[in-house]
Amino acid sequence: MAESKLTEERIIADIVDRYENDEGMLIPMMQDLQAECGYLPLDQLHRLAARLDVPLSRLYAVATFYSSFRLAPKGLHEVTLCVGTVCYLKGSGAISEALRKEFQVEASGTTPDGLFSFHPVNCVGACAVAPVMIVDGKYYNGITLDSARDILRGLSPEEAPAESEAQK
Amino acid sequence: MTVVGMERLSTTADLERLREDLRKRRDPAAKCVRVCIGPGCVAKGAMRLHELFTEAVRQTGADVAIEAKGVGCHGLCERGPLVIVHPGNIFYQRVEEPDVAEIFRETVLGGRVVERLLYEDPATGERARTADGIPFYKAQQRIALAHCGVIDPASLEDYIAAGGYSALAKALTTMTPEQVLQEVERSGLRGRGGGGFPTGRKWRSCRNAAGEPKYVICNGDEGDPGAFMDRVVMEGDPHAVLEGMVIGAYAIGSSQGYIYVRNEYPLSVDRLKGAIGQARELGLLGEDILGTGFSFDIRINRGGGAFVCGESTALMASLEGRPGEPRAKYVHTVEHGLHDKPTNLNNVETWANVPAIINHGAKWFASIGTEKSTGTKVFSLVGDVVNTGLVEVPMGITLRRIIEAIGGGVQGGKAFKAVQTGGPSGGCIPAEHLDAQVDFDQLTKLGSMMGSGGMIVMDEDTCMVNVARYFTNFLRDESCGKCTPCREGLAQMLSILDRITHGEGEVGDVERLQAMAVLLEGTAMCALGKTAANPALSTIRYFRDEYDAHILEKRCPAKECRGLFRYAIDAEACKACGLCKKHCPVDAISGEKKVPHVIDQEKCTLCGTCFEKCPFDAVLKV
Repeated sequence: MAESKLTEERIIADIVDRYENDEGMLIPMMQDLQAECGYLPLDQLHRLAARLDVPLSRLYAVATFYSSFRLAPKGLHEVTLCVGTVCYLKGSGAISEALRKEFQVEASGTTPDGLFSFHPVNCVGACAVAPVMIVDGKYYNGITLDSARDILRGLSPEEAPAESEAQK
Repeated sequence: MTVVGMERLSTTADLERLREDLRKRRDPAAKCVRVCIGPGCVAKGAMRLHELFTEAVRQTGADVAIEAKGVGCHGLCERGPLVIVHPGNIFYQRVEEPDVAEIFRETVLGGRVVERLLYEDPATGERARTADGIPFYKAQQRIALAHCGVIDPASLEDYIAAGGYSALAKALTTMTPEQVLQEVERSGLRGRGGGGFPTGRKWRSCRNAAGEPKYVICNGDEGDPGAFMDRVVMEGDPHAVLEGMVIGAYAIGSSQGYIYVRNEYPLSVDRLKGAIGQARELGLLGEDILGTGFSFDIRINRGGGAFVCGESTALMASLEGRPGEPRAKYVHTVEHGLHDKPTNLNNVETWANVPAIINHGAKWFASIGTEKSTGTKVFSLVGDVVNTGLVEVPMGITLRRIIEAIGGGVQGGKAFKAVQTGGPSGGCIPAEHLDAQVDFDQLTKLGSMMGSGGMIVMDEDTCMVNVARYFTNFLRDESCGKCTPCREGLAQMLSILDRITHGEGEVGDVERLQAMAVLLEGTAMCALGKTAANPALSTIRYFRDEYDAHILEKRCPAKECRGLFRYAIDAEACKACGLCKKHCPVDAISGEKKVPHVIDQEKCTLCGTCFEKCPFDAVLKV
């Protein structure tokens, strides 16, 4: 227990050192913390706030303002569905709705069984091949509700994906 | 990617010597396979193709020099993955894994063309051997994208051999900061991020502003959905962005720069990071650049996933580690920007234009485009158009030429309805204005705007009220919430648009939307808020009849809004296969073998399953 606490403190110390204690680099620091832990654990946010000598509320404001921050652990797999204009016009809005219903997952939430986190995002910049879904960093273009459903049903509940582009 | 033992360059003569060296070392007879690894091609599996070609090169062991390189976006994403083979620049499209061996054997080694992989003009049936023969490329002119699709973006050698950093050398050693400023002013370059503010004037204001240090920022927070121009530049030619920034910093008198990259673009971050590292190593960035005594360094920040951070003051707040909330514009960022210091912010594409202006001169740049909108503009041409992709065209070209000549017209033989430009707060332009020139002022006059360069083509099946609802919903979600008109106004506008698309619109709703739009435009604090009513306003302006059909007749003319049209089976087209009946979740379809099926309108919940499942297109929207 004591050891894990030490590790946790080391993570924060490393991150803060990386950015020379510069409060202006709060967002990159929190991004690094999330990359390290998969989300922003509350006790780590406490430590980070204390080290930078800023109120915790400031970190909370940042964490809730930017959509890429998570305050809860993520699922085993990362699913990003583009609902940018072109993808939306080509049906991704309806796909998103149907997937959320079928897998009982909220936007930017995680399925009850922890299988995957689901992020409908506004444009991944691959509009020419819309609609696009990204699963663990792998792009699927020209998806339909059926193909998206098949991809998600095929996700392995045991195997965590290798570190991929989308999670870097 | 060759890693040459390159030493730090301490003079511009060193740079030229290196360039000569690199060029000499290239065997003119060398063959090269360029695999497009832009976003569209990668989504279609181009990375694997690149691996396979690299492997093929490794295995040949032939005594000819062959190189397989991944290059930035070539533009014609619709036909991806694209592979170009030199010599001859043979242009292959829709290349799949099994084709690699054939291309390698026939073209690379044998010098023969694989006909079936060439582009075939759908109109004439003619095959084009090179990109020049394809209508999509004919009307284009590449400045910002000059190197995209040609050089390996991860290779500084490639960039230098292609003439890279010569503009920087020229600026630092033969021009004063004032001369650089004047050159950019005279070029007429205007901001490519949306605002269209004259770049030279912005630089001058920042240079003249009191206070030190001064900051230079590159806005790579490409948040407009349907747009990927900046992504392609950052990933396909990162050094051009850096070179532009260093030149700008020299003119302005800045020693620290930032590139703010959107969170959704991890590859852009990687490429830029790599490029910054290479440039520092060679002395093209950092202390005492090229031995001239000028120092400037760049740091990359990743965005957190907030559309509003594309707004300059919000972006600066984000760089300071705060939520990205814009502030009132009367405090100018060129005087009080990042950390309250003079700050000059330009968009990725703007920066990428700078080296070309310094190299070829303001006069050359100003000769392209129109009098008040000079140069070219990159657009992501997407939506219901045949040739989706990335295009760079001279300003002043007509919308029709972009959509019809370059884009190949509307997909599937459908009729054109509108083209949406300018991102979420842009507008929809109808067919009657297709001959309008594309420049900053014309598009604004039409109730849309240039924006950062998204161009989304919509066909006749697109409901314009729903489009307005989509963008308004987007903007409501992304409103930072700081000022009331935007936060509350957009929510109210959305609720009206929701009502209309659900068939619950009331007479007077359109006027209510217009009234709120006036309020929003007049009282919102930032540019995003002020323009947030554009989607509703422009669709009301050009497609009022669709609003009226929804409100008065409870009918969606495009047959997109659920509940405002019905499904029916065309008895003649129906083959009575029973698929619709089998899949109907509410058993609303009846029919026997060989008897055309019928939908019970009382039971039908309008879910659309039968429409999706019918293999004969016999289910109609009426």
